Amino acid sequence: MDYRRYGFIAAIVVVLIGIIVKLGSGTVPAGSIVSSMIGTTIAVATPLTLGALCGICCERAGVVNIGIEGMMLTAAFFGWFASLYVSSILGVGPMASLLLGVFIAIVSGALMGALHALLTVTFEVDQIIAGTVVNLLAMGMTGFCNRQLFFGASSAFGGTIPRAPGVLPHIRIPLLADIPLIGGVFDQQPIALAALVLVFIAHFVLFFTQWGLRTRSVGEHPRAASAAGIDVLKVRWANIVIGGAIAGLGGAYFTLESVPSFEPLMTNGRGFIALAAMIFGNWKPIGALSAALVFGAAQAFQINLQLFRDVIPPKFTFLQQSSVVGLVPYVLTLIILTGVIGKTTPPAADGVPYDRERRS
Amino acid sequence: MTSPTAAPSSGPAAPQTGPREKVLKFIAPWKVPALAVLTAMAVGAILIAVAGGDPLSAYSGMFEGSLGSPRAIAETLVWSTPYILTGLSVALAFQGGLFNIGAEGQLALGAVLAALVGYGLPAILGGSVPGIIHVPLTILAGGLAGAAWAGIPGWLKARTGAHEVISTIMLNYVALNAVSFLLNGPMKDTAPDNVIARTPLIAESASLAPILSSFRLHWGFPLALVAAWGVAWMLKKTTLGFEIRTVGANPEAARYAGMHVGRTIVVSMALSGALAGAAGAIEVSALNHRHQLGFSQGYGFDAIAIALLGKTKPAGVVPAALLFGMMRSGAPRMQFLTQIPVDVISVIQALILLFVAADVMVRRLYRLKGDRERVVITRGWGS
Repeated sequence: MDYRRYGFIAAIVVVLIGIIVKLGSGTVPAGSIVSSMIGTTIAVATPLTLGALCGICCERAGVVNIGIEGMMLTAAFFGWFASLYVSSILGVGPMASLLLGVFIAIVSGALMGALHALLTVTFEVDQIIAGTVVNLLAMGMTGFCNRQLFFGASSAFGGTIPRAPGVLPHIRIPLLADIPLIGGVFDQQPIALAALVLVFIAHFVLFFTQWGLRTRSVGEHPRAASAAGIDVLKVRWANIVIGGAIAGLGGAYFTLESVPSFEPLMTNGRGFIALAAMIFGNWKPIGALSAALVFGAAQAFQINLQLFRDVIPPKFTFLQQSSVVGLVPYVLTLIILTGVIGKTTPPAADGVPYDRERRS
Repeated sequence: MTSPTAAPSSGPAAPQTGPREKVLKFIAPWKVPALAVLTAMAVGAILIAVAGGDPLSAYSGMFEGSLGSPRAIAETLVWSTPYILTGLSVALAFQGGLFNIGAEGQLALGAVLAALVGYGLPAILGGSVPGIIHVPLTILAGGLAGAAWAGIPGWLKARTGAHEVISTIMLNYVALNAVSFLLNGPMKDTAPDNVIARTPLIAESASLAPILSSFRLHWGFPLALVAAWGVAWMLKKTTLGFEIRTVGANPEAARYAGMHVGRTIVVSMALSGALAGAAGAIEVSALNHRHQLGFSQGYGFDAIAIALLGKTKPAGVVPAALLFGMMRSGAPRMQFLTQIPVDVISVIQALILLFVAADVMVRRLYRLKGDRERVVITRGWGS
């Protein structure tokens, strides 16, 4: 049943890479273009995969989470701030401060997850509105803290942004990274590798452990799960907080792995694309990873198109405008969501608050 | 399951109906939102204090900047105008059981088309256009662009079940990129000294006039109030309004009663988008007289908080929009007096939404009695 969708994904990735190879064929050898496209695709897919995993954790337990964007943004800011603070004020080396930044990012993601859990599970707030609260709060809070900490009256840095400790270094897996064409897969930064590993861990936990069975039963039929002695509220809380931590790791990607700086609203809708990847992947970790790769390929396409902009045939010169190519991932998301490539089925109790005292 | 349209229950029915009971009954539904605003302001005060400012002078600065002088009041109303319209837009969609997060994109496209009609129409017709036709055409163009843009997620939802939350957000980004393309390319101001992404100035005849020549306050504000009245009337008195509310409350029941659910969803979204698009058009026609990239101050997102604070009803949206307008127009004065960044306003607005959404928190905090409202506005991905 999923074959059509995986076929669609493979086709899109191949076509996008093919166009770039064709464009750059005069100047750069095809092999190195393919290799760099694959590398960029995985890098861009990293926060999307982690965001989608967060969504899967929450929604398999029956809680819709559209606050992934806010969780990632919060984590991106506080992770970055922690690493800056440690490296510039306490004078700790760059590697240690980056790792501390990642840790703080994960913690702040988990805290935002806890807020979402408090709202949705404990107070039974409409789940989509709770997610919007998380997003708006994150937007306001990171904007406020950013300006206050760097330019404000009581600025920690006295009006100048200190030098960032850099970004997490690449990890090259020996031998595997030397394979032609696909070697780029094994030459990645740590969060990207962690995302790939987490996908398989999540798949195993969700489908082959007692915890996963409990989570899924709570998302499909909470009343039956409750009758079987499972504490529905506790399972939901735990899953949302874990999901928040994973989204936090995804947020760390933006400021600690991709670029060494923070910009207001820098997550730029990736949290929502992650949700689309989750839906397209049919609420399964491996499906979500494959959908994230499509968006990764679309973004890699956009980046490489800018590199080869001078060789774009005259008929297509409008593609030189970055805003035109910038549309591609979002339009792709829309197409995918309309179910053109097959229907998906969400967990049955997704979006429904669980009330112990109510019968339904 | 209580529908968002049902009147909030105010506990057991009061035995007497004296004037005191009448007043109590009147303010009952507004108790929680008012306390939510107060609580958010209190948390904001703590935040300001932690950031090294004086909350009292910050808030008095905000008050002074928004209501302290005739000019300040006029500015507050200028700010409130797009808030009323976008708030109405989101509230109307909520009434139809839809969550329109796309008001920001609809507003941007409305502004683009309004600007195009504003500067392009005289050129196409080869002469000047009388203002009495040109101004309505400009605003109508904005409304139509917003309606068309919002109609897409409505149609997708009715046709394929694609959830409007994601599709409106995606269309926001598409609109943002499309507008950036237009303002950098085909619609760019060709004046020799211009380097930024903006359209040419609109014609004099397309400009919505100020009410008093010495202030920026323009006729868009009364227009927005009329729109609020119109939406309230439409929802309450017309067949379409009844259908929208019924589909919003229970699509299955609506279908069983023979209503055309899909069509109603598309119409609700289009009307919602028309309001957001008109908001963008009025900003262009009355204030900026052109579309400039990034002119919107996040009206479309603040609108969500406004609609919820106003209990998704037009009569509630207007005071909520005025409150948000006050905060925004008073913010510069607050920043000037206390050096606290204006972003603190965004945090307070998010907190307001938090406390309105989690009314249990507010009820526990203030030991309020009475039933909690169980507002189910949205459902899972499937419906």
